[in-house]
Amino acid sequence: MSTTTVRTEETAAPAPGPKKGRMSDRSKAEQKLGWMLAGPAFVVMLLVTAYPILQAVYYSLFDYRLTDPAKRSFVGLNNYLVILTDEIWWTSFGVTAFITIVTVAVELVLGFALALVMVKALKAIRPILRAAILIPYAVITVVSAFAWQYAFSLDSGFVNSWFDWIPGVTAETDWFGGTFSSLFVICLAEIWKTTPFISLLLLAGLAQVPEVLQEAAKVDGASWWQRMSKVTIPNMKAAIMVALLFRTLDAFRVFDSVFVMTAGANSTETLSFLAYRQTISRVEIGLGSAVSVMLFISVVLICVLFIKGFKVDLSAQRGEK
Amino acid sequence: MSTREKVLWYVAGLAIVIYALFPVGWIVSLSLKSSSDIANGQFLPTDVSWENYSQILVGDAAGLFLPALRNSFGIVLIATFISCILAMFCAYAIARLDFRGKKLILSSALAVAIFPVISIVTPLFNLWRQIGLYDTWPGLIIPYLSLTLPISIWTLSAFFREIPWEMEQAAQVDGATTWQAFRKVIVPLAAPGVFTTAIIAFFIAWNDFAYGISLTSTGAARPVPAALGLFSGASQFESPNGPIAAAAVIVTIPVVVLVLLFQRRIVAGLTNGAVKG
Repeated sequence: MSTTTVRTEETAAPAPGPKKGRMSDRSKAEQKLGWMLAGPAFVVMLLVTAYPILQAVYYSLFDYRLTDPAKRSFVGLNNYLVILTDEIWWTSFGVTAFITIVTVAVELVLGFALALVMVKALKAIRPILRAAILIPYAVITVVSAFAWQYAFSLDSGFVNSWFDWIPGVTAETDWFGGTFSSLFVICLAEIWKTTPFISLLLLAGLAQVPEVLQEAAKVDGASWWQRMSKVTIPNMKAAIMVALLFRTLDAFRVFDSVFVMTAGANSTETLSFLAYRQTISRVEIGLGSAVSVMLFISVVLICVLFIKGFKVDLSAQRGEK
Repeated sequence: MSTREKVLWYVAGLAIVIYALFPVGWIVSLSLKSSSDIANGQFLPTDVSWENYSQILVGDAAGLFLPALRNSFGIVLIATFISCILAMFCAYAIARLDFRGKKLILSSALAVAIFPVISIVTPLFNLWRQIGLYDTWPGLIIPYLSLTLPISIWTLSAFFREIPWEMEQAAQVDGATTWQAFRKVIVPLAAPGVFTTAIIAFFIAWNDFAYGISLTSTGAARPVPAALGLFSGASQFESPNGPIAAAAVIVTIPVVVLVLLFQRRIVAGLTNGAVKG
């Protein structure tokens, strides 16, 4: 859809912009009006993000602890050196990457299955499904984290008594006692909470696959699997990529669930949690800022990799030229 | 469709409903357990008890919970309102006017949306302490705009693009003034989009945890999610699972009600913003 629908002689400036008087200045006036209307939002966005991140870059060059401000000194890139040679950073990086890969992979498959059911399900139950699937999206992450934590925890959970038939699970299984079992529960909570989002995006993608192609493939005798892999999925590649990109970025910033469930215990600290702990709990502003900047760079790198590697054209997705 | 297929779809549908509601059912069930019942190892309480609710609403924990609830509502509503107004002007300009920098605005909105919140928290924590915004309402409202503005701009410009702007002119040809045409034709067409965007922005701000926990220190501005997160660590000796579950249910109610009332619009808004934006 074209972005500028109407610009005819009578209604050139829909609102009284700063008038220069002459009609030939119309496009100039429109430029000005455009920025007057869109500018405030743009400025606010810059102020609340670009400014803080620049400040983080600045602070990251200092040895600066809030409890001892007098000792603040310029150390150059030393903080980064400290981080990159520290095992803690790499453990957190590994944990974050693990959570990201596991959750996104599971969510993609599960979300696609949910979308397929929703597309095919009988008209009668479709509204119920749509309402149900929105509920995990609406439940706040902290609440979801508590729900899953309490379900698995020793002093309030039911999971151990329900699943004691699985080898290795007994009434005393302490899920939050080890790294992998903790990460397992964290991933479950994340998957439950965010799969609906991915499946709604995929549902929108499914709706864009031309029905005619499906029919044609059916007539030609293609099996369900062939139609899926040769017609449906290639045609919704863009939607899949966008969903993947959004979820990957989101998962990489995982914080709430980790904070609530383990608070980083048993080597379950993620990068966001590490940045939080350095800055807010330990008030190591210099080191914490450096971690924040590194986290930011990681997210940008993921984004670039996705866009270059998978050739996601976001503007094509938006239907622009 | 054969009966067998029908049954199959009903079963698949039921599985989805259970998947979506199970953890919610569990936290509701937990909130209704009395303190002696919490460790019963079962999904359901043996006896329904309102003990946890009375504790957070009128009992010991009310001093922690009620101010947090008030903060959450106040801060989130103000942030949603401001971002809707700003995004409305911005999206109108993007959908309607031809000006340089349109793409820049849309891509910076995207860039802001992928920003790791924690990376912004660090410098804000510092700055807010210096200028006295730490632990205040504006100290949270401003950062919340970084959460709500990008998605509002994207969702709204997707909506605004689909408005047939020609109708405004048609009304003018029929004798309406510019203002009348705008108010009677465009505003009613735009209202549902603005409303949907407000709901989505509300969800996102309501969900925030990282800002809430890092930029507040007392009940003066601490929102519910942050209060819940810290409440768990309040005492090492008794586990406050029951009251937390009750508080969790209470903060979930407003969003679930919104979802049930406006599900169709929310789905349209989310997918338009992300896929068609």
